[in-house]
Amino acid sequence: MIAELGLAVLWMAAALAVLQLVAGVLALRPEGRQIAGLVRPVAVMQGVLVAAALAALITLFLTTDLSVKLVAENSHSMKPFIFKLAGTWGNHEGSMLLWVTIMAVAGGFVALIEKRLPENTLIATLAGQSFVSLGFYAFLLLSSNPFQRLPEPAPEGAGLNPLLQDIGLAFHPPTLYVGYVGLSIAFSFAVGALVTRDVGPAFARAMRPWVLGAWIFLTLGITAGSYWAYYTLGWGGWWFWDPVENASLMPWLAATALLHSCSVLASRNALKAWTVMLGVIAFSMSMVGTFLVRSGILTSVHAFAVDPERGSFILALLAIYIGGALTLFGLRASTVTEGARFSFVSREASLVFNNVMLCGILGIVLVGTLYPLLTEAMGVKVSVGPPYFNPVSAVFAIPMMLVMGVGPLLRWRQDSLDGKRAGRVTLPVGVCALLSAAVLLGVELMAPQIKLLPALGLAIAAGLAPASFLPLRGRNLRRTPLATWGMVFGHFGIAVALFGMASESAFSTERLAAMRPGDTQQVGPYTVKLEGIGPVAGPNWTALEATVSASYAGAAPAILHPQARTFSNPPGNRTESALKTRWNGQLYAVLGEEGEDSRWQMRFWWKPFVPMIWYGGALIAFGGLLALLGRVAADVRRLVATGKIAYRRSRKAQLGVGQ
Amino acid sequence: MNDRTPAKKPGLALWLPLILFAGFFALVIWGLVRPADREVASAFIGKPLPQFDLPPAIDERPGLATSVFKAGKPRLLNVFASWCVPCAVESPQLAQLAGQGVEIDGVAIRDRKEDVARFLAQNGNPFARIGKDDLSQVQLAIGSSGVPETFVVDGKGVIRYQHIGDIRPEDVPMILSKLEEAGK
Repeated sequence: MIAELGLAVLWMAAALAVLQLVAGVLALRPEGRQIAGLVRPVAVMQGVLVAAALAALITLFLTTDLSVKLVAENSHSMKPFIFKLAGTWGNHEGSMLLWVTIMAVAGGFVALIEKRLPENTLIATLAGQSFVSLGFYAFLLLSSNPFQRLPEPAPEGAGLNPLLQDIGLAFHPPTLYVGYVGLSIAFSFAVGALVTRDVGPAFARAMRPWVLGAWIFLTLGITAGSYWAYYTLGWGGWWFWDPVENASLMPWLAATALLHSCSVLASRNALKAWTVMLGVIAFSMSMVGTFLVRSGILTSVHAFAVDPERGSFILALLAIYIGGALTLFGLRASTVTEGARFSFVSREASLVFNNVMLCGILGIVLVGTLYPLLTEAMGVKVSVGPPYFNPVSAVFAIPMMLVMGVGPLLRWRQDSLDGKRAGRVTLPVGVCALLSAAVLLGVELMAPQIKLLPALGLAIAAGLAPASFLPLRGRNLRRTPLATWGMVFGHFGIAVALFGMASESAFSTERLAAMRPGDTQQVGPYTVKLEGIGPVAGPNWTALEATVSASYAGAAPAILHPQARTFSNPPGNRTESALKTRWNGQLYAVLGEEGEDSRWQMRFWWKPFVPMIWYGGALIAFGGLLALLGRVAADVRRLVATGKIAYRRSRKAQLGVGQ
Repeated sequence: MNDRTPAKKPGLALWLPLILFAGFFALVIWGLVRPADREVASAFIGKPLPQFDLPPAIDERPGLATSVFKAGKPRLLNVFASWCVPCAVESPQLAQLAGQGVEIDGVAIRDRKEDVARFLAQNGNPFARIGKDDLSQVQLAIGSSGVPETFVVDGKGVIRYQHIGDIRPEDVPMILSKLEEAGK
């Protein structure tokens, strides 16, 4: 019953999306004025209905209703609660439903609260949003119905891919999804603005909270995904330039660029066409990412999501939306008027520089990801890895981070670096630059074995960390807007993460050893001893577990338990690494296979300051959150103020009548 | 420095994103229709098969469990699907191998009973046992990324060779020699 209800409301939501599109398009014509009032309520109702459909699917998973095909294929009655919940979106159909849900709820929310945009632009935006949603409704209802029943109920479910049975991963996909779909709102805003030729500060201000929100979730999703890969895959690395990782990084890069160009457009009414194009590109990258993951066109660790037929469907949607939006852009962008001008030394110029560099990195990652496919088309097989990505992206990343230290200090429109401004800008930045240079020199003199990139990373992090706080200098800290604090934390987070990355590649030590119980090994400052190996069992797995005591520089030992888990339904293996985190780094232990002579393959890494990578990521997201709160608070204040003014006016009018 | 928006000369620059996207589109279309031969050196050679017990894919043949591969004689494990065109192309070669006394077991990926039955009726059925793997779980667990793939498994259940893509007529002697090697 619940499944049928879910399917019914999903159809109704799809029907409302059609209505929203048709009414939206008609309302934009002069003769369709009366219908304009329909668009907002329909968008809200569509969000409510599709949320109900998702709730129905979640209920089915929580109660493990094995008469539903999707539940039988992806869940198991013995699974812990949290993985039953995560099972809802840990599969293709469920994740597509989650996708349309987030999209429709976000659209409903826009319809409910957005009051700043001209009504026409908003209606065009909502129509665009429903147009995009419709493709996904079609996908769900025509080719991947999540509510399909089995002819007869299965006796037991098949379970969830063991790699996905991890708490971090249970929430990694929905986090990224919120990010991707948030960008769809930015996309719809961009399309709406192109349709009505109304690109200006109001458009940027309306779009900015959505971009910020999406960007926060993308940042968190990427950070969590990176940490998950780090401790689950047991390779000791935190970023592999895997196609799927790249697929999540590309929208983030585009969204970061969009965020910055949005603020130029909002404050200075410049970079109009550029901002609109980034709005289109950011969501395009989300869809390209989804396509690359789902189609299996590139081999990757995420191969569990692969199905060529679905890939073709997403590709068709991609062609319609992205091709359509870019065609619209080509036709209309020339009619978007030129924005305000600015000089070479100004905040706008530094933001443009940042944008160009971010797009450069985006291009590098996109080319690198597609390169194996490209060369295969020419008959050569290659695989592209860190030797390409690291140095080539650094070519753009390093200048960008240098300008990041200066840009926030510059004034809008025009600034100078000498005279009165020398004390505010040139001097403090110079001090930070000296700090960087000193660190670089120190590293080269004292540890020449460290490669160039990590050394540069350490140096830039040392300069960027203090430089990111410079915008606060000379300000009344209690009156500094939240958005400024957000920027400070975001930039500081970049420095922290950069420090973690550089330190990881500069100072990590690895030890691979065949050990018998009782053997000891030295790895970095740690002395590790294999105490024993025994079997353990979990709710749906069994494992061999090593007991390792690790003592840091002679201190009292800590006990670690790396495991090699075997899952029974579905069958599969996973290594569960064990981590010991200190303030200055992490010990990483992996249990390998048993050798011929009853010795065990053990791998240990000492990774100084590696957690900084993820602390940095969290800081960046926190910065985004502060900025979002600041923007939203300002909007709410403005709404309240307009409300009050209107109320006073109406009271005055009433009193006037009364006299 | 001017705004990056070219107001006076709209020109080609505005169409550049669309042109790049068209290039991307053409590339992935080609990628989707290309023949599936991805020669990745298998990391699973020398590893034992994981534990699995698949239900039968058709009524006429039993399902497939790991224990079958531990009976002492090398066997072939063929990963196929009724919806896979190269699988149909390789069926004469499988029939030839089966004709020479090689025991072949199949794993049908993401398939329906009636489709598998029709596929085998059209192309011949060289399989002793056929397991049904609806979610590619066993496929992924043995390190196969596409269909068709063929594994040479020795009598102890250890993977000795992984053949990615369809078995061409010229591959048959090589497969036979791998089987012979695995039998030693």
